[in-house]
Amino acid sequence: MDMADAAVIKQHLIDPEICIRCNTCEATCPVGAVTHDDRNYVVDAAKCNFCMACIPPCPTGSIDNWRLMPRVRAYTVQEQLGWDELPAEWSAEQLAAEGVVAEGAEGSGPASAALPAASAAGAAAGVAFGTSGAVHAVAYGATLPPWSAAHPYTHLYGPKAAEKSITATVAGNVRVTQVGREYDTHHIVLDFGAMPFPLLEGQSIAIVPPGLDAHGRPHHARQYSIASPRNGERPGYNNASLTVKRVLADHHGQPVRGVASNYLCDLKRGDTVQVIGPFGTSFLMPNHPKSHIVMICTGTGSAPMRAMTEWRRRLRASGKFESGKLMLFFGARTQEELPYFGPLQNLPKDFIDIHLAFSRTPGQPKRYVQDLMRERAADLGPLLADPDAYFYVCGLKAMEEGVVLALRDVAQQAGLAWDSVAAALKREARLHLETY
Amino acid sequence: MSSIDYSEKIPNNVNLAEDRALKRALEQWQPNYLAWWKDMGPDDSQNFDVYLRTAVSVDPQGWAQFGYVKMPEYRWGIFLNPGEADRKIHFGDHLGEAAWQDVPGEYRANLRRIIVTQGDTEPASVEQQRHLGLTCPSQYDLRNLFQVNVEEGRHLWAMVYLLHKYFGRDGREEGEALLERRSGQVDNPRILQAFNEETPDWLSFFMFTYFTDRDGKFQLCALAESSFDPLARTTKFMLTEEAHHMFVGESGISRIIQRTCAAMNELKTDDVGKLRAAGVIDLPTLQRYLNFHFSVTIDLFGADESSNAATFYSTGLKGRFEEGKRTDDHVLKGQTYKVLHVQGGQLVEKEVPMLNALNEVLRDDYIKDSVAGVGRWNKVIEKAGIPLRLQAPHKAFHRNIGSLAGVKVSPDGRVVSEAEWNAHVDHWLPSAADRAFVASLMGRVVEPGKFANWIAPPMMGINRQPVDFEYVRFN
Repeated sequence: MDMADAAVIKQHLIDPEICIRCNTCEATCPVGAVTHDDRNYVVDAAKCNFCMACIPPCPTGSIDNWRLMPRVRAYTVQEQLGWDELPAEWSAEQLAAEGVVAEGAEGSGPASAALPAASAAGAAAGVAFGTSGAVHAVAYGATLPPWSAAHPYTHLYGPKAAEKSITATVAGNVRVTQVGREYDTHHIVLDFGAMPFPLLEGQSIAIVPPGLDAHGRPHHARQYSIASPRNGERPGYNNASLTVKRVLADHHGQPVRGVASNYLCDLKRGDTVQVIGPFGTSFLMPNHPKSHIVMICTGTGSAPMRAMTEWRRRLRASGKFESGKLMLFFGARTQEELPYFGPLQNLPKDFIDIHLAFSRTPGQPKRYVQDLMRERAADLGPLLADPDAYFYVCGLKAMEEGVVLALRDVAQQAGLAWDSVAAALKREARLHLETY
Repeated sequence: MSSIDYSEKIPNNVNLAEDRALKRALEQWQPNYLAWWKDMGPDDSQNFDVYLRTAVSVDPQGWAQFGYVKMPEYRWGIFLNPGEADRKIHFGDHLGEAAWQDVPGEYRANLRRIIVTQGDTEPASVEQQRHLGLTCPSQYDLRNLFQVNVEEGRHLWAMVYLLHKYFGRDGREEGEALLERRSGQVDNPRILQAFNEETPDWLSFFMFTYFTDRDGKFQLCALAESSFDPLARTTKFMLTEEAHHMFVGESGISRIIQRTCAAMNELKTDDVGKLRAAGVIDLPTLQRYLNFHFSVTIDLFGADESSNAATFYSTGLKGRFEEGKRTDDHVLKGQTYKVLHVQGGQLVEKEVPMLNALNEVLRDDYIKDSVAGVGRWNKVIEKAGIPLRLQAPHKAFHRNIGSLAGVKVSPDGRVVSEAEWNAHVDHWLPSAADRAFVASLMGRVVEPGKFANWIAPPMMGINRQPVDFEYVRFN
């Protein structure tokens, strides 16, 4: 099948049953994608560039509807003008019949990077643990998983395994930050075909870049945390997603092109990569009813948070986690640089409590995740004392200390003895640190 | 009040900090505005924390900021949509000339009158609705009422900004007078009659926000075409907010219908007595309220033949609805339009010069838009499998302005005798008994997630919050 035929879009639609025809969206749309007749307001799929400018001004919420469609079968303006209600979503079988295979909700063009989270995206972002992957750096972090964690498989492929690596196929590769000169983060979907590669949220895999390094040796493998939940980026498929930031400078700001990240960000659909893993036995999510998850991350450290959030989102209808809270503290330099900013905005507020901190927004004071945590001390305090609340921290090494100090302040403010709280967090595997 | 930093306190995109004269004028007006709000704003609610939307800029991200705020501390701001470089006048005698960035002396009086008339409706509706909070059907609805109220307040700011900035001392005096008139007060009433009527219950409120705020939309749309660029830009931004008000009305009525239809199916009856006993609003009563609000509102467009309307258009002060999207000559001289009048006991159409009929043109555009929404309400009834349908009454029904004032016309458009009118008026317009029944349903429901029996919950909450979110904290 030709690539264009297989291309999938998340088509933007307006619910005619809720829309009150106020014209705000049409007046707001910067590219003239919204149009109307006497009956309906509709979005022209050929013009909509997913800028989301129409979403906040809509008084009804009817503007915020999305359907995964093969591009060639996108609903036309004429079709939409005739609707009295939105059509049902296509089933996986219908999509498969149109040649949409194992691609999850990813679109085929850069535009889809800004798409909302109707089906796949949760919170989140990129990873790049570097190669150490060690989590023992800080004494406060747990080394065991929560008691209700699922059992992980590890090291199925690697130097000491029977099979050194397996081949995965790139099923999608889209940008998830806005276009910028200094940053470029991609959402990459890998399909494992028929090969076993069971994964849990919080685990990571490693990519072996092709070729040799400056010393003529094969490149070492680079580890990336998965951004998709256990049943696949697309539910029921043997695939997983990574969120990879293109490295253009080293930790000291010197220009350097990261070997693996640039390789990954430049991959095309259909390309193959060598993969090893899975890795990780402790940074795993609790699975018992009413368990709460507090996620603290920066920039590309949010991949495991996306995975956990998405798993909970998929299970939400089950009612199992009905009163389990999700809280997210997410920092980036700017909003433009925050991976999946759009999708994040679209998660229901009673599902996840989101706090974003931007440290380099021009004209604004610097805000870090620790600042937000202190602001929400009244909510975090009780969670520190709650044996069903689990804390996950992922991001640059530099954030670790600040976050632990913020937790200490929160505990003290809540009248808790930090030493005993910290000991309990570690002993009960309720605080997990993953920094790089 | 000199300690207040007005450029900080009043979110704006009009460089308030740098316009000392304007800043001083607003410094003097603001305390009076707040005194008016405390006196005539929503009853017994000044201390509530309300989950409100505040505009802090005109771009899509900035204009809808949600958070808890006490209404007297709401940040009423001044916003103009971004200007269009080299905007040209696109209708009337000045067609093709540059749009005005200041008020031309010869049009000063008319422009002031237009702005004052528009501005007067904003505080008026706050006054009309001030007691409704005491009988709200839910927290969600209470919050929506307050949102409508603070935004009407903001629209007053928008108009007062124009008066202060462009009309000097006259403008400042008009700004004060806007705070002095009172809805329904005999010796100093609001300018337009519909804004001196009470909004006694929530059914009236929803009808008002559907029909009468839609009049606001059409007036604002016509002003958004104005050659006076600051007026065009400010009204464009107001339209974004007005959309919320119409949403409150349209969804409010829709939810009432949904609840009534559910009760009809549950009880398997369309008997008005039984439905009323079950505590829901029967569809014939809804139809009568609809007739009332529709007819009162279309009067607001003014006389069907009006030389003022012609002047406003030709001089470029006020365009037609979607003027920019129309494809005629935008001058309209020598063209005609059909208006209704009564001849020999019959309603007949007559051709009149289009320019004189511009009120009627706007009214007809409004009617088309209103009727479409009634069709959407009917979809709710249809979905419930009930054969009855609501209908907008004939344009000539129950009119009090223009050539149709004084003739008695039935909702289906027949001229009727005084006797027939009197015999049927209680079937056509809400009777005292209808209003008493609706009033009897109005109790206060404020527990999060709970709704009065006569209205269904909304499909979704505000700003993606759940329906049972705590939209108002009563403190």
